Amino acid sequence: MQNRPPTQILPQLWSMYMPEITYLEAIRAALWEEMKRDERVFIIGEDIGRYGGAFGVTHGMLDEFGEKRIIETPISEPSIIGAAVGAALLGMRPIAEIMFMDFTLLTLDQIGNQAAKMHFMFGGKATVPMVVRMPGGSGAGAAAQHSQSLETLLMHLPGLKVVTPSTPYDAKGLLLTAIRDPNPVCFIEHKMLYKTKGEVPEGEYTIPFGVADIKRPGTDLTIVSNGIMIHKSIAVANRLAQEGIEVEIIDPRTMVPLDTKTIIDSVTKTGKLLVVHEACETAGWAGEIMAVVSSSRAFDYLDAPMRRLTGKNIPIPYNRILERAAVPQEEDIEREIRAILKGEY
Amino acid sequence: MEKAEKKETLKDKAVRLKLSTEQLIDMYRTMQLIRQFELMADKLYALGKVHGTMHLSAGQEAVAVGISRATRLDDYLINHHRGHGHFISKKADINLMMAEFLGKEAGYCKGRGGSMHIADFSSNNLGANGIVGGGIPHSLGVGLAIQMQNKEQICISIFGDGASNEGVFHETLNMAALWKLPVLYICENNKYGMSMDIERVSAKLPIAQRAEGYGIPWYYIDGNDLLTVYETTRDAVAKIRSGEGPVFIETQTYRHFGHSKSDRNLYRTKEEIENWKTTKDPIRLFGNQLNESGLLSLEDAERIEQEALSIIEAAVVFAESSPDPDPSTVMEYVYA
Repeated sequence: MQNRPPTQILPQLWSMYMPEITYLEAIRAALWEEMKRDERVFIIGEDIGRYGGAFGVTHGMLDEFGEKRIIETPISEPSIIGAAVGAALLGMRPIAEIMFMDFTLLTLDQIGNQAAKMHFMFGGKATVPMVVRMPGGSGAGAAAQHSQSLETLLMHLPGLKVVTPSTPYDAKGLLLTAIRDPNPVCFIEHKMLYKTKGEVPEGEYTIPFGVADIKRPGTDLTIVSNGIMIHKSIAVANRLAQEGIEVEIIDPRTMVPLDTKTIIDSVTKTGKLLVVHEACETAGWAGEIMAVVSSSRAFDYLDAPMRRLTGKNIPIPYNRILERAAVPQEEDIEREIRAILKGEY
Repeated sequence: MEKAEKKETLKDKAVRLKLSTEQLIDMYRTMQLIRQFELMADKLYALGKVHGTMHLSAGQEAVAVGISRATRLDDYLINHHRGHGHFISKKADINLMMAEFLGKEAGYCKGRGGSMHIADFSSNNLGANGIVGGGIPHSLGVGLAIQMQNKEQICISIFGDGASNEGVFHETLNMAALWKLPVLYICENNKYGMSMDIERVSAKLPIAQRAEGYGIPWYYIDGNDLLTVYETTRDAVAKIRSGEGPVFIETQTYRHFGHSKSDRNLYRTKEEIENWKTTKDPIRLFGNQLNESGLLSLEDAERIEQEALSIIEAAVVFAESSPDPDPSTVMEYVYA
């Protein structure tokens, strides 16, 4: 992965520098460290104090930073975002927590018409440096109103940056960049990744926006994916490697800005593209990736139709079996890869 | 209310409010400036010189001037879409406003915003908003930031009667009261939300009494009586600056022009409009009071009006001679 410190040191020392922590802990570490470093940073949201937030991300932060900087609100999502906009206009660095990404739909005026547009419509004179953290994704049995993947919706609003970390390492580095970015950033955390572990260096490091990470190098087929689908794709790729099939997995990490070059380079090399996302298919961002590739030099190198494997065009169901059937699973990814490689589409 | 006011002469009131003749004349002059700006905007539109839409505040000048003169120039202002008057009262540069209105690069927002999005962050004018009620919750963040940064300013959040039925209105009042934020909420009730009479869409009036439910002190006042607006605002601001939390003022006023350029006034009678224009026009009311008190001769009033018009005409010349934005810059300012 990119942007990591050199690894040529003793394993024992390595573990000292790169402890394994969870995705949730990595996010908390970023929040914690940046609040220590910058007094302009504060967090505003529902149940983020004693409760620690619905998923426990801000647990312990109230005791450390006090209620002036861990601001608990009524259940008033539009005005939580509006408050962040106002504070950002005065030079603060607010981080708003929306309990579930689905509730972002309540706040679309403040995110889409206000935060996203102010810099532009005021001729560059206003800046809105704020982060909206929002857990998305299915798999928790939370049903239709607590399980959506809505990143495409946010990608369609110029002025917003959209971040979808898939690992603890990325989560921390991207969140620090998000807090320091002078624009409104939607930071989408996948709720089923909160307990996953990975190596994360202690202390400060940032990951630039618009730089994709090649999560797994390969030569036979390119997968572009994000969030939890990265992990499913890696699991499949590792199995297929035993058969000599080498899949390259690209994680854009930031959907806006999008690193099109890394994607185009990869498809130019492999000649085959599969886009995997949990978000619904219709007008989903797989179409955007395909448009980028098909209108680039990579088009001439394609050996097969570009394919997408996405969430079905349905609300996320409650029942465990149905919920699983609603979004891509490892067997689906494997089937799609084999179909593309065999020319069966 | 008017009868009660008449017991006190303008001079008595000015003494009580510690307003000098100079200040009174400045208020009159500013109202005239706003009026002339709005009349010119209407004229420019009729001449086909305006690309987009506009929301004119003629008839509501006393609200803008009364509030601005009772607050500090560096207080933060969050404005609604009918915002020209408030910006002029806050001493915005008329040339830059007119240039923005005509979509020019020299405008406050480099022609990217237009009439509905004039802002001047250098004077803590945080902008007008095209979404009804969209700016109201920003007052929470501005109020919090003022507290966190130990600033002396307050935030003035101005919205119309229509915005009072948006959800964020209620959410915001609740939080502002809960956190005792230094915010003055002004509901500038001009009777109609586009075409809808506020009496037809609100279960209980005045709007200001809703603040009671959130424990916020409130006033419902005649928004066309300049010194009533001034005095009420002054008292409210004193409370806010002393840390008592937000105050809510509803100013009853009336817009002379339609909602926007598409308005054919099908929802109100000519008689109603004429009545407001002839008997309750804020500039005429205040001008008469000044004249009756011997503070402003008819000739001086005429001169002030002409001077205001000259300033506006010069602004039009400035704006029309300014270049349009270069198309090659269309992608600028999307991201900071």
